[in-house]
Amino acid sequence: MTTPTAAPAPTSTAQRTTIAKALNAGMRAAMERDPKVLLMGEDIGKLGGVFRITEGLQKDFGEDRVIDPPLAEAGIVGTAVGLALRGYRPVVEIQFDGFVYPAFDQIVSQVSKMHYRSLGKLRLPMVIRIPYGGGIGAVEHHSESNESYFAHTAGLRVVTVSTTDDAYWMIQQAIASDDPVVFYEPKRRYHERGVLDLGGGVPDLADAPHRLDEAVVRAEGTDVTVLTYGPMVKVALAAAQAAELEDGPSIEVVDLRSLSPMDTDVIEASVLKTGRCVTLSEAPTFTSIHAEMAAWVQEHCFYHLEAPVLRVGGYNIPYPPSRHEEVFLPDLDRVLHAVDTVLNY
Amino acid sequence: MKEPALSDEEVARSAAHTTLGHEPPEKDITDGGPDMVQFLDAEGRRVPVTDVNGPYAAYLEDLDAEAMKGMLRDLILVRRVDAEGFALQRQGELGLWPSLLGQEAAQVGAGRAMKPQDYAFPGYREHGVAWCKGVPPENLLGLFRGVNHGGWDSNENNFHLYTIVIGNQMLHAVGYAMGVQRDGDYATGDPERDTAVMAFTGDGGTAQGDYNEALVFASVKDAPVVFFVQNNHWAISQPNDKQFSVPPYRRADGFGFPGVRVDGNDVLASYAVARAALERARSGGGPTLIEAFTYRMGAHTTSDDPTKYRISAEVDIWKKKDPIDRMRKYLLAEGVVDDAWLEQVDEEADALARRIRHACQTMPDPGHEEMFAHVYAEPHRLVEREAAEFAAYQAGFED
Repeated sequence: MTTPTAAPAPTSTAQRTTIAKALNAGMRAAMERDPKVLLMGEDIGKLGGVFRITEGLQKDFGEDRVIDPPLAEAGIVGTAVGLALRGYRPVVEIQFDGFVYPAFDQIVSQVSKMHYRSLGKLRLPMVIRIPYGGGIGAVEHHSESNESYFAHTAGLRVVTVSTTDDAYWMIQQAIASDDPVVFYEPKRRYHERGVLDLGGGVPDLADAPHRLDEAVVRAEGTDVTVLTYGPMVKVALAAAQAAELEDGPSIEVVDLRSLSPMDTDVIEASVLKTGRCVTLSEAPTFTSIHAEMAAWVQEHCFYHLEAPVLRVGGYNIPYPPSRHEEVFLPDLDRVLHAVDTVLNY
Repeated sequence: MKEPALSDEEVARSAAHTTLGHEPPEKDITDGGPDMVQFLDAEGRRVPVTDVNGPYAAYLEDLDAEAMKGMLRDLILVRRVDAEGFALQRQGELGLWPSLLGQEAAQVGAGRAMKPQDYAFPGYREHGVAWCKGVPPENLLGLFRGVNHGGWDSNENNFHLYTIVIGNQMLHAVGYAMGVQRDGDYATGDPERDTAVMAFTGDGGTAQGDYNEALVFASVKDAPVVFFVQNNHWAISQPNDKQFSVPPYRRADGFGFPGVRVDGNDVLASYAVARAALERARSGGGPTLIEAFTYRMGAHTTSDDPTKYRISAEVDIWKKKDPIDRMRKYLLAEGVVDDAWLEQVDEEADALARRIRHACQTMPDPGHEEMFAHVYAEPHRLVEREAAEFAAYQAGFED
């Protein structure tokens, strides 16, 4: 039977909020906790960013801590490296997924390798926030799922969120991490609501419900494991619920949260239990997080598999014009189709 | 192929173009032009004070005989370090060596103008700056021997690791300077506290996006940073006229801060100009761009063959502008140094070379398990798992 994890009962300080607001609250808490935390990104000051994730922070923390830089992504990430070398903890906002490429060189050649090449003497505690994924009817370069590029690069941690709770806690954990973290935010879920206890003052990170590199089972099931993350968690949960309502298969939904490193313990435990596995993300499937998950599962769960691992993702084409989004992006039907396929194998 | 016999003037004009039939440049490209700040000419004579070098003359006033001797000593020792690096590569002890031959004065001038609290962001040829900042030369070798990617603690001497990807470090320097601003460590008037940052690159680097973004950021943020461009005239095989239409020092104007061309083969001028720019940065005056007009006497690196793209007559012209010769002549003429002192420095250089050679030859190879170290600062399950698998696999070959 599928039993989606129950939301915590609202307490006196709990409130309904959105992923966007939870991220804002998390960054506010991080800035209050540590005066070395700086925010930097295009239009993040007065405007609060194009998605308003940093709304009000420049007003409260000043222009020295919420920095409006010139419009140049390599410049933003490259100067953030320098700030980190000076002892700061910069949190960089890349405006859209498709705009990160000018900074690709800095991220891959410098950010990821500084600790390694300094034999551990230098640390770059910085966060690169990237709103990602499609589903908002945007023009080209605004809807990509390019997480594989960074997950492929040793030295970076890559995480993503799917709930308000994770948005609030994981952004703080990412900022507190001494490693550089690429932090993917599912832009089409920014306004999804959830209950979050924003309690009194700056929270203790030890109270975070999960570690930054931990996967979480969002819905328990027994027949098929769906491995997913970010914006597709909602789709996977909807599929699990739909199947349950129709007395269909019992689907277990694993939310990866951390794409690098991948919490292989949770993945393995789930697939050993269900014996069937479907991967789900918006990213094109070729050389992707999908591929890594599938490879891991076949290597470590081989004798428990009742069917090949199937990948449900974006097609291996450039992100199409938004009129195609509805069929390009995985939806409930494609997930259930894959689930049926592995069950009937 | 036999090189054509050319007059000096012809060589100078032809130096910037290839055999593909370009029109020769209108001016002698080995001449830095009227804007170039110079205090010592190629013969080692003090240049009269003019409107061009005048603003910097004050920065030489407190340079006493000892300090000038120190600079000549730096020049000689740094050249010896470089020669040893080159020899070690040729003997198979290093995989690669990027020679600074010809650029000693630019680097020593800049390096000696820096205070201990000033932070340097080098490319990969800044062995002279490393020397001035106090990085032991043997520590530079690990990178080129393949033992590590950077064998020194940047924060010990405020000299960042070498940066191989051209231009990346320019942005790091500006970011670091923005950090200095936030720490309030500039414009206080406290000479021990006020800090500037110096970013080093070459003429080739000025085409990079990172370089140009760094100049924009520095300008907008009024960052306490000095951009020190060593125009050594060759970006591997590409001469200046393939890199830019307007020389680097003149481009600074468009970014909104001063640019100055200095004779990079004149250590006094390089020092004075660098010191002026650093003091301006430390005191809150903002960025400066310095173009040190110099020449790469050797190959790009030991893997390069400059005979494929430049004529040796061009090198001969620059030989006559040698940075060490002119400082030696000047100090000999001034009676600041004598032959005995020079002999002593040569002996010191020989000893330094022996020390470097010994350090290189006895540098232990790292244990292979070390390649898994420091990928992350915090525990990482994949790296730890692979390290353990690797150790187990290797153990399988034992006994």
